[in-house]
Amino acid sequence: MNASPARFEPIVGRYLHLPLGGRPQRIYVEEAGSGTPLLCLHTAGADSRQYRAVMNDPAILESFRVIAFDLPWHGKSSPPEGWQEETYRLTSQDYAEAIIAVADALALDRPLVMGCSIGGRIVLHLALEHADRFGGAIGLQSGAHVDPYYDLEWLNRPDVHGGEVCAGIVSGLVGPGSPEKHRWETLWHYMQSGPGVFKGDLHFYTADGDIRDRVAGIDTQRCPLWLLTGEYDYSCTPEDTEFLAGRIAGSQWQIMEGMGHFPMSEDPDRFLGYLRPVLAQAARRRQGA
Amino acid sequence: MQEDDFILHRLADAVNRQERLVWRGRHLNTVFLLECGDTAYLIAVQAGRIESVRRGPFVMPRWQFALRAAAADWAQFWSPRPAPGFHDLMALVKFRRLRAEGDLHPLMSHLLYFKDVLACPRAKGASL
Repeated sequence: MNASPARFEPIVGRYLHLPLGGRPQRIYVEEAGSGTPLLCLHTAGADSRQYRAVMNDPAILESFRVIAFDLPWHGKSSPPEGWQEETYRLTSQDYAEAIIAVADALALDRPLVMGCSIGGRIVLHLALEHADRFGGAIGLQSGAHVDPYYDLEWLNRPDVHGGEVCAGIVSGLVGPGSPEKHRWETLWHYMQSGPGVFKGDLHFYTADGDIRDRVAGIDTQRCPLWLLTGEYDYSCTPEDTEFLAGRIAGSQWQIMEGMGHFPMSEDPDRFLGYLRPVLAQAARRRQGA
Repeated sequence: MQEDDFILHRLADAVNRQERLVWRGRHLNTVFLLECGDTAYLIAVQAGRIESVRRGPFVMPRWQFALRAAAADWAQFWSPRPAPGFHDLMALVKFRRLRAEGDLHPLMSHLLYFKDVLACPRAKGASL
């Protein structure tokens, strides 16, 4: 008898209800594996599906409890009640509050936190302001600040298809050599974002979350920091990451060859080759080794 | 050499033979100016097909939007494996190598389409 071609992944998802910013929220959280907690943060205008490969990697799942959640307004998380009457804008404070609240709801003890793009920025804020809550931080495509280089209004206007334009804006941020299958899955996530959500996240990325003047205050003895950046990323450039590394004593950084802005999603196999040794180091540092 | 000019002689066919690309531009009708250093082209798109390509100089050109960059920057962009920063239209914009001017609605509403159209000269054997 032939084995069934159907199979389940090890990822299990749940919905978490909790208040954020004083409002009830319904947050989608998924996880896989057991061991050192690793909390993963998606990019602007996307969702936790970007971490599908990390959450399916047997070597990682053997010793890490990998958790990813969708920010409010993103993926399978709901926007708060009354969303139709407001314009979504992510702030540093909202973002940090959401991450810490989810970590608390899951009773995570000093998790490692790994974020990409806006997630790579907020881990800098977390390392600076909440160092004792985290066992270490991994910034993917981390920069202290990005000036907007196009008119963000194009991302949310009824006469331009939001999914098409968001994918069009980010398509070149995928490394040119990344596999077609993963390139287009990554773009598909962008095509599915709700109206104005990508733009609202970029408020944090391009304005509110500017941390250039404060990054030198990150104490990597309290919260160790690793930075991984793709060489083809023109949003958060290798130079932006180098800027950080030059100002944060004890931070470790590496440029990932051939990769763009979405390493975990655009070329998972190549990315995992960079990530696994960093995770091993981070787990050791978290345990005080 | 004008005889070897990919944009003038081969772009239309390179686009029009891609059924899916034309389909993606099925609601697009526009004329845009492509400026490559001192050389300018007026490119007319009708329902996703490249209807005509004319090469300047022009006396009184009419276009909806213009894309302007130095010839050396386009040459890098059109190389088979462009270096980081030269590999995408938005990368050129980010590093101030490409200027997009005029009514950008056709460009922004069909950004994936235009990225593929303007990547055609990267094809093997395409000389500029």
